[in-house]
Amino acid sequence: INHIVHNGGLYKRPFNEAFEETPMLVAVLTYVGYGVLTLFGYLRDFMRQWKIEKCQNATEREEQKDFVPLYQDFENFYNRNLYMRIRDSWNRPICSVPGAKVDMMERVSHDYNWTFTYTGRVVKDIINMGSYNYLGFAQKAGTCQEAAAEVLSHYGAGVCSTRQEMGNLDKHEELEKLVARFLGVESAMAYGMGFATNSMNIPALVGKGCLILSDELNHASLVLGARLSGATIRIFKHNNMQSLEKLLKDAIVHGQPRTRRPWKKILILVEGIYSMEGSIVRLPEVIALKKKYKSYLYLDEAHSIGALGPSGRGVVEYFGLSPEDVDVMMGTFTKSFGAAGGYIGGKKELIDYLRTYSHSAVYATSLSPPVVEQIITSMKCIMGEDGTTVGKARVQQLAENTRYFRRRLKEMGFIIYGNEDSPVVPLMLYMPAKIGAFGREMLKRNIGVVVVGFPATPIIESRARFCLSAAHTKEMLDTALKEINEVGDLLQLKYSRHRLVPLLDRPFDETTYEETED
Amino acid sequence: MDVKSMKNYLYWLYCQFELITCSYLMEPWEKLLFYTFNITMLLMVLYTAYIFVPVHISTAFQFFLHLIGNQHENTVSIVK
Repeated sequence: INHIVHNGGLYKRPFNEAFEETPMLVAVLTYVGYGVLTLFGYLRDFMRQWKIEKCQNATEREEQKDFVPLYQDFENFYNRNLYMRIRDSWNRPICSVPGAKVDMMERVSHDYNWTFTYTGRVVKDIINMGSYNYLGFAQKAGTCQEAAAEVLSHYGAGVCSTRQEMGNLDKHEELEKLVARFLGVESAMAYGMGFATNSMNIPALVGKGCLILSDELNHASLVLGARLSGATIRIFKHNNMQSLEKLLKDAIVHGQPRTRRPWKKILILVEGIYSMEGSIVRLPEVIALKKKYKSYLYLDEAHSIGALGPSGRGVVEYFGLSPEDVDVMMGTFTKSFGAAGGYIGGKKELIDYLRTYSHSAVYATSLSPPVVEQIITSMKCIMGEDGTTVGKARVQQLAENTRYFRRRLKEMGFIIYGNEDSPVVPLMLYMPAKIGAFGREMLKRNIGVVVVGFPATPIIESRARFCLSAAHTKEMLDTALKEINEVGDLLQLKYSRHRLVPLLDRPFDETTYEETED
Repeated sequence: MDVKSMKNYLYWLYCQFELITCSYLMEPWEKLLFYTFNITMLLMVLYTAYIFVPVHISTAFQFFLHLIGNQHENTVSIVK
């Protein structure tokens, strides 16, 4: 927890981030659970090998048995012995728009999750705590939908070309001007897919002889883009500015590894909100370091655009900084705008360069027109240019929902990771059986949650991740909180040893010192 | 009713055991194997305790008694 005057007054508001340590007993019991499952995994593999049990997963053909084994590593062992047992919590088919409430198709499995059959029943009105619907624009009725339907009847659905050939519509030009105005940058460019924006544009910006400093917990798209570029990659500890500064100092002092020449470019890759931890990047410090050591900053605002800041302009506005300090502002339209695609914003020279040299501009199909219209309408709504205050109300509702939900969960005694203001709320589960149990119990109570396990998180830190939305009313949140409380008591998930004092009625003045009691 | 709440509490404890040891995720024959193994181990430990613990305690008791008694005799002889 950082006080305001820390770091020389760089922060204009308190930065409250906490990652409570795993209790020792819970860690030991988690390993016990994984140990038991591993033993049974070996037993089942033995039975499958000796044909005592039917083998239902992918194996090599008879002729290939003498070659290098394909399915013997830990990932595949985990997949067939642990993931299969709890597989029914993922890939659930939904059959309505993923708004605040969603309809889901019911499915059962008669052979322990190897195959699923649909009963034909549709479970209606499940409270959706898993979709990245931060501002509630995933709707099937309203101004966005009407505008998109009109553009669909005018332009059709397909573009059938890349940006550089015949796929540059006037809608795209309009969108890019709007995005540049929204972010406060000189120019912007939009791409068809958020993942492709990262992985195809980082290779265009850096190459061999450059250095990339990337955060430990960066998204797969950033990692892929960094690897494809061929630059040297160095990793600094998650959100740890001392680690970043040390790497920058070493880079400037020692230069490239063999020849000792100075690096051509140093690019720092960070994200606005990290989706697995719910933490917000320490942007003022990163920008101060970037200016001191003369490097470049690439900020991936996939989850934070629209979700942070008093008017939804993202993490730069949240900290009260100028968008000109960030060299490359990247974001996606998938999360807060209810559409698909990604954008990059920055100086005019940079974007003009990317229009020519980006792989995505040359080879990937451009955005589909109805999707572009959805983005334009939702962005105008957030900025208030459509003449209503709906956008502002949504941004404020999201902030209120976030604070309320996080506060209530912490009071109940769960371990919640991340920053106080981030709408992504990870709730720690730790034990493998509780991952499956939590998902199933919440579905029984008509709440859809996303649970995350091993490859996406460290093996003992499995979690349930709630994504709050401006479309969630207080009643929905209260229902969800009541059910989470019940399930937490049933499965004994309340591991936290810090008890937060319930919200005080009197204002926080000099006589109240401690907010937490151990 | 105290019996009912006791039964509920015991069932809840059984659920916690199932969740911690991941037998919640196992198929019925795996559960049978796991519980059989666990209960066998537990019974063997209890049986060993039943057989050997009284003998060990009485031996230890006698050893300490012997030690203290010998010391008492030694001190008595020196004084004499």
